[in-house]
Amino acid sequence: MKASYPFSAIVGQEEMLRSLLIAAVDRSVGGVLIFGDRGTGKSTAVRALAQLLPDMKVMAGCSYNCDPAADPGSCTEACSALRASSRPKTATVPIPVVDLPLGATEDRVIGALDLERALTRGEKAFEPGLLAAAHRGFLYVDEVNLLEDHLVDVLLDVAASGVNVVEREGLSIRHPAAFVLVGSGNPEEGELRPQLLDRFGLSVEVTTPTDIDTRVEVVRRRDAFERDRSGFVEAWAKEDEKIRRRIGRAKKKLDHVVVPDDVVARAARLCMSLGTDGLRGELTLIRAARASAALDGKKSVTDAHLRQVAGPALRHRLRRDPLDEAGSTVRVDRAVEDIFAS
Amino acid sequence: MTPAGAIADAAPAPDPEDPGAVTAWRDAVLALTLFTVDPFGNGVILHGLPGPAREEWLALLTDLLPESAPVRRMPARIPDDRLLGGLDIAATLRAGRPIADKGLLASADKGIVLAAMAERMPGSIAARLAATLDTGRVNAERDGLTLAAPARIGVVALDERIEEDEGTPTALADRCAYRISLEGVGVREIFDESPDPDAVDDARRLLGSVTVGDGEIRALVSAATALGVASCRAEALAIRAAKASAALDGRTDVSKDDVVIAARLVLAPRATVMPLPPEEDVPQQAETPEEPDDAVEQNKGEEEIEPLEDLVLEAAAAAIPAGLLERLKAGLRRPNASGGDGRAGAEQKSARSGRRIGVRQGRPPPGARIDVVETLRAAVPKQIIRRQDAASTQRNDALVRVLPEDFRFAAYKHRSASTVIFLVDASGSSALHRLAEAKGAIELLLADCYVRRDQVALLAFRGGGADLLLPPTRSMVRAKRSLAALPGGGGTPLAHGLDGARGLAEAERRRGNTPSVVLLTDGRANVARDGSHDRARAREDAASAARLLRSDGVGLLLIDVSPRPDPAARALSEASDAVYLPMPHADARAVSKAVQGAVQTGLAR
Repeated sequence: MKASYPFSAIVGQEEMLRSLLIAAVDRSVGGVLIFGDRGTGKSTAVRALAQLLPDMKVMAGCSYNCDPAADPGSCTEACSALRASSRPKTATVPIPVVDLPLGATEDRVIGALDLERALTRGEKAFEPGLLAAAHRGFLYVDEVNLLEDHLVDVLLDVAASGVNVVEREGLSIRHPAAFVLVGSGNPEEGELRPQLLDRFGLSVEVTTPTDIDTRVEVVRRRDAFERDRSGFVEAWAKEDEKIRRRIGRAKKKLDHVVVPDDVVARAARLCMSLGTDGLRGELTLIRAARASAALDGKKSVTDAHLRQVAGPALRHRLRRDPLDEAGSTVRVDRAVEDIFAS
Repeated sequence: MTPAGAIADAAPAPDPEDPGAVTAWRDAVLALTLFTVDPFGNGVILHGLPGPAREEWLALLTDLLPESAPVRRMPARIPDDRLLGGLDIAATLRAGRPIADKGLLASADKGIVLAAMAERMPGSIAARLAATLDTGRVNAERDGLTLAAPARIGVVALDERIEEDEGTPTALADRCAYRISLEGVGVREIFDESPDPDAVDDARRLLGSVTVGDGEIRALVSAATALGVASCRAEALAIRAAKASAALDGRTDVSKDDVVIAARLVLAPRATVMPLPPEEDVPQQAETPEEPDDAVEQNKGEEEIEPLEDLVLEAAAAAIPAGLLERLKAGLRRPNASGGDGRAGAEQKSARSGRRIGVRQGRPPPGARIDVVETLRAAVPKQIIRRQDAASTQRNDALVRVLPEDFRFAAYKHRSASTVIFLVDASGSSALHRLAEAKGAIELLLADCYVRRDQVALLAFRGGGADLLLPPTRSMVRAKRSLAALPGGGGTPLAHGLDGARGLAEAERRRGNTPSVVLLTDGRANVARDGSHDRARAREDAASAARLLRSDGVGLLLIDVSPRPDPAARALSEASDAVYLPMPHADARAVSKAVQGAVQTGLAR
């Protein structure tokens, strides 16, 4: 396995990096969609985040990474049996970031008959798929707008319910599959189905930096990394470690971060002025602002945090006006300026 | 001696016919040499039709690669099981355990993938290639297997585009350092002396120790910015090219000449704007590229950085391909490199018509065809357990047990994705009247197309000919923007416009889309096909062009933009059996209905 590019060495792209960190701190914010220009390090950033995620406790022997603290009935029967044993064992594993590669077939995504065992031993056994592997972690789809329709259907269904139900080949399996969806893509390749767009809590737009110094730095670091991967990773290990600790601290702090009433009121006004449908936008906005405050080590959410996350939390929830040249980012910015000016 | 010099000096082209073609071939060989020094995670777009030049270039490619390097040819519409791998049914049955079939990508490890007809490659295939180029691995989850294998590959995209708006999909093009064109290079321009494979081999070994200074990086990035190259990947690829050039010359530090070569070969073909002309005091070094490169290069002081940047930009600007140059000068958008449909998720699937795009399982759509091989492939691994199940229920008679859940059906892409081509008369006569109102009408239509998920394209004609302002896109914002920038004035070359629309419609049809044309004009053609201003002939030409378009089965809607319905426009629509709609009646609903009608004409064909 080649070492991946360190998170802390990514130049610029603050909004993308912060959104990914927010998703790592508070899963309930929902997934992150990163859309934008080619060569801006979208997938580099996601893979880099995977190196920074803290560990989690799982039931040893359970194929679904299930939480020892979870309700015993929430997982499969096999898992319930594990829990029922006199001394159930737990294990510590890194939070998974599972790649859903293009061209994946449905059986590998949702899980299917274990071929090896079916062929060699004639046994009927279920082999968990990618959704199972991503439980309690992240499911990453690069070029998400190229994902085949039938897989999008599967994702939509499971992402909403957090449960994967497989009925095939006489197998009947039901297992938890609560994952945070992270997608990236280039808008030139086509748009996302609105239903799928809606599954993402945050949506980030990335553009190629226009400033020469930044671009020089991007190229310089990339070159240094390509020349000596392990040396480069080593050089940034300390910075990466800082971020890892920051995520850990923020996760612990999250529940104690206060959201003052006036901030809630402003968030509501912001959503109203933008005409976002439903409560989802408002909820995501507040959760993201809270995670952002936790990341900064703050005890309470301020307007600054709200402004920071307003774009990613709301821009994909605006009603589409195909002819509006301004684009959603500008519309959100305008509304933010209006609300905070008053 | 620079690598460019090495190749050029070694082989004076015998009796050169066309100096431009000689340069093109020289650059093609130089790019090839640099590519073979550093091929993995990299690529070349080789533009040109099959012929002696392409044969020779590909032969050189094989010569310069290490002997063991596999070269695998990939068809544009390769199925996933061939590309990524899958279950090998025959071997699985023989072995009695799952055996994976290596896909093309994995079998090309440490070698080259030759992408045939890259201009026809769907965006979805390009994305799979791109992921492999980025990671050097194939990771596939298919047929119940997890396939992960190293796939350090380089890609040579054989691009046979003819129209400017076709081409290798951008996801792939963005990752190919070199874009070379062999158009116009004939037998005469090909010189026999080829680069030395041993030198390339040495360079490959030296490459890892080549370093590049900050000044050189800055020069390349500045040149990229000035040329409007909007991808950090292009800059990184340019750095790699410069390093390969240094290694080829036996050096471990990137020199000015290397940077110039990289700017010419990697950045120039990606230019999107014409750089501002350099200031008067053009550095003298520019005139003497044969400068000996020695230690001076390493001790480059701050004050020398500016000249280096200018020099690099100038070299790149000089190397912008001629066709691209003209378009940039005219202020038009660069020819779009994004071909392919790139919309695997949005394709309409139909049970049995259209182009076959894959396999699907589940409930059979009415009238579907069973894909026997895929069905057996699904059934075979389960035979053992099914036989056991059957034994317990005393129904042990079938040779192969196929259950409904195994059924696989061929999925086809239906030709219902429609492309509405707006052909706008931007001539003086129309512009004076109602161009602004025409724009308004188009905006209404765009909103309508958005609802129907049509693609739109924008062609305008005025003065001497027709320009493609916007290749087919689903981005209505882009359409609106290019419309806003539409200039007016000049003669009315209606025939040119219609011919342009016909070419575009044909290209769309080849992509499996259904084109229709919405023509906004007053019908007063006054520029004939031959460019003369003979009014009568111009009208005749326009009528014949419209008839040709219709005979291709393309729906045509003519919106008359003259203040009062014009007999000329009406005559044209009658001559070509087009739907005619005078502007005074062109309110949103009527227009939308009319377009729908025109689209249907195309579909009904």
